[in-house]
Amino acid sequence: MKKPFCIGLAALLLALAPVALQAQTLRIGLAEDPDVLDPTLARSFVGRLVFAAMCDKLLDIDEKLAIVPQLASSYEWSADGKTLTMKLRTDVSFHDGEKMDAAAVKFNLERHKNMAGSNRSGELRPVASVDVVDGATVRLNLTAPFAPLLSVLADRAGMMVSPKAAQAGGANFGTKPVCSGPFRFVERVAQDRMVFERFANYWNKSAIHFDKIIYQPIPDATVRLANLKSGQLDFVERVAPSDMEALKKESRIKTARITEIGYQGITINVGKSEQAQKNPLGRDARVREAFELSLDRQGLAQVVMDNEALVGNQWVAPNNSYYAKNMPMPKRNVERARALLKEAGVSNPSFTLMTPTTSDAQRLALVVQAMSRDAGFDVKIQSTEFATSLNLADKGEFDAYVLAWSGRADPDGNLYSFHACKQPLNYAGYCSAETDELINKSRAVRDPVERKKLFEQIAARVIKERPVVYLYHRNWLWAYNAKLAGVRNIPDGLLRLTGLKMN
Amino acid sequence: MFEFLVKRLFTIVPTLVFVSMLIFGLQQLLPGDPAMILAGEERDPQVVAYLRAKLHLDEPLPVRYAIWVAGVLQGDLGESVRTQLPVRDLIAQKLPVTLELAALAMLIALAIGIPAGVVSAVGRGSAWDYGANLLALWGLSTPNFWLGILMILLFSVHLGWLPASGYESPLVDLQANLAAMLMPAFVLGNAIAAVLMRHTRSAMLQVLGADYVRTARAKGLRERVVVLKHALRNALTPIITLGALELGTLLSGAVLTEQVFTIPGFGKLIVDSVFNRDYAVVQGVVLVTASAYITLNLLADLAYFMVNPRLRA
Repeated sequence: MKKPFCIGLAALLLALAPVALQAQTLRIGLAEDPDVLDPTLARSFVGRLVFAAMCDKLLDIDEKLAIVPQLASSYEWSADGKTLTMKLRTDVSFHDGEKMDAAAVKFNLERHKNMAGSNRSGELRPVASVDVVDGATVRLNLTAPFAPLLSVLADRAGMMVSPKAAQAGGANFGTKPVCSGPFRFVERVAQDRMVFERFANYWNKSAIHFDKIIYQPIPDATVRLANLKSGQLDFVERVAPSDMEALKKESRIKTARITEIGYQGITINVGKSEQAQKNPLGRDARVREAFELSLDRQGLAQVVMDNEALVGNQWVAPNNSYYAKNMPMPKRNVERARALLKEAGVSNPSFTLMTPTTSDAQRLALVVQAMSRDAGFDVKIQSTEFATSLNLADKGEFDAYVLAWSGRADPDGNLYSFHACKQPLNYAGYCSAETDELINKSRAVRDPVERKKLFEQIAARVIKERPVVYLYHRNWLWAYNAKLAGVRNIPDGLLRLTGLKMN
Repeated sequence: MFEFLVKRLFTIVPTLVFVSMLIFGLQQLLPGDPAMILAGEERDPQVVAYLRAKLHLDEPLPVRYAIWVAGVLQGDLGESVRTQLPVRDLIAQKLPVTLELAALAMLIALAIGIPAGVVSAVGRGSAWDYGANLLALWGLSTPNFWLGILMILLFSVHLGWLPASGYESPLVDLQANLAAMLMPAFVLGNAIAAVLMRHTRSAMLQVLGADYVRTARAKGLRERVVVLKHALRNALTPIITLGALELGTLLSGAVLTEQVFTIPGFGKLIVDSVFNRDYAVVQGVVLVTASAYITLNLLADLAYFMVNPRLRA
């Protein structure tokens, strides 16, 4: 009785098993469902992963964060740094057959700048106007020299959509996006899948080896990985750090880790509101230094991230060429922390650490609480749902806040909005005319050596004041079918599909 | 019966109005500025201001409610600010998925719960009774997400028989659809089966001790007829109520199960929308769910008439 039942069940289940997936389809598991698929309006990190299939950019970055050509074949700055002239590829067309030329680039940059609700307008604010020089040349006229512009054009602000489709789609273009990337949009079922098929007229079609790409948002990391192990997916992003060790034993799966260009830190209210002055942590830089010295960053990375992070004390990771070596990472020194507190006249400073409700942030807060207690700090943890925590941070109703940033290729993207006076992401409320002057200079200078010197001067001021105590830079953790070749480890954590193939 | 039906239909309208006000009002109590979270990581002040205007966040609450109701009455539930997809389309995408999952889960629950409850009541104190109770205890005490992950590990990762997650429309590929729905439907049905079993058992025990059952037995009817035709039919009234309530709960989305199996249904949509403060989506989905709940209760009332002749008098 039992045996026939088992055979029957197995037969039923096997009958329901899906047909083997075609080799030409690449299935990618995402940690979240992206927001709108319009590069002008898009706001999420995960959306950038999907755009990599669909929308080419004027420029791109490589493994070393160097700017490389994509739709623009070359570029040239004017001597005063106020004009950027870009030569475009002449063999590019959009998915709807329209030609990608200088007029299309002008249309796109103006759309990014002027469309209601555009998330790119701030990034392109230094661009005053765009001239079409000829069919394959555009000139960007800037209000002032702006060195980070190239890296801005290597992200969503450099993505080009079909002007014809954008005009037809209006504000709802994101429901049926048309770009010029290797794959064209087929369908999106919210929270289920996004399907793209190979674009036959892609300018670099010889480097594309899949017919179809399917992105599937699967929020649970365990389930995402189970899908990879069972062969339902070929690639998953954001593997849980705790799974990485076990994956080493899986012969059918390969892994990759890339140190992010963002960071995890603790933002301290040093001037956002009156609350800053009510707490010794916000009031006195010596207390903030003592707080930093009470923390063991490597210990934090080990407990919170299973060591899948690179510890750091600046807005860029220590392996970044713009890391300011004049401000090295201090080691944990509880004695010195106690001495500093004594000097500041506060032996047991107490403050509230606001933290989002994600498990990583909670673990981090708990370890910080325990470590800083050794130096005499009394940290009260306030777990707050993310939307609410943002609101409180914006109003300055916090002492300290566990906050991460996904990062930008140019250090300016991690610095300006956070440490220049009155910028929207400056939750700490840090404001210094001298620092502002240095930051503005760093934005105008293009020479890397000179920029590095300026970043060192900025670091000497900001790191000393500690409006943000930087802790570590997380690793982007990927796992994929061992037969998949051509995976490139670009620090922005976005999978490039060019050159990928299934062996 | 007709009079009863008309009366019930008249109560539906004020209930729905009340529910819509409640949804709208409660949502405004959520802390945090929706424009801030929708503006993404950069939170450009211009974008925040644009979103505030688009969502009418600067208008007084009654004005915002009136704008929304005016749209609903014209069949326009608004659009998701996050994805730009119209709420009506999102509901049209998710509703069939949720309905199918709910129906399959309920089918599994009924197929297990009612027979187990009847067997347990009839054989009270026997090994069957203990077995059925054990089954119920298992169903009640097994967390859905845990059972789901274990099933994925067994049937997808180790045996490779079923897809670990995802959804395929039955109109596109029925085989793939059933393969994807089998595990989540079982996980959901398993928990409901346990509740149904316990209620069927207690209702049956009550009915089996009634005078008319003794009379039926005294008339010499076969035990099978006594149990199934006389006892079970009368015991079904509370079970129908419970079934309708459970089905209503399933329609509002089995959040954890949908999350584990990545089933793109209502539960996942509501949760994601609440966290993203995508108000239009939350309002639209909850309104549809509330309507479904009310309709199911009405159908349950009608079902009482079918199974219990005394109510028809």
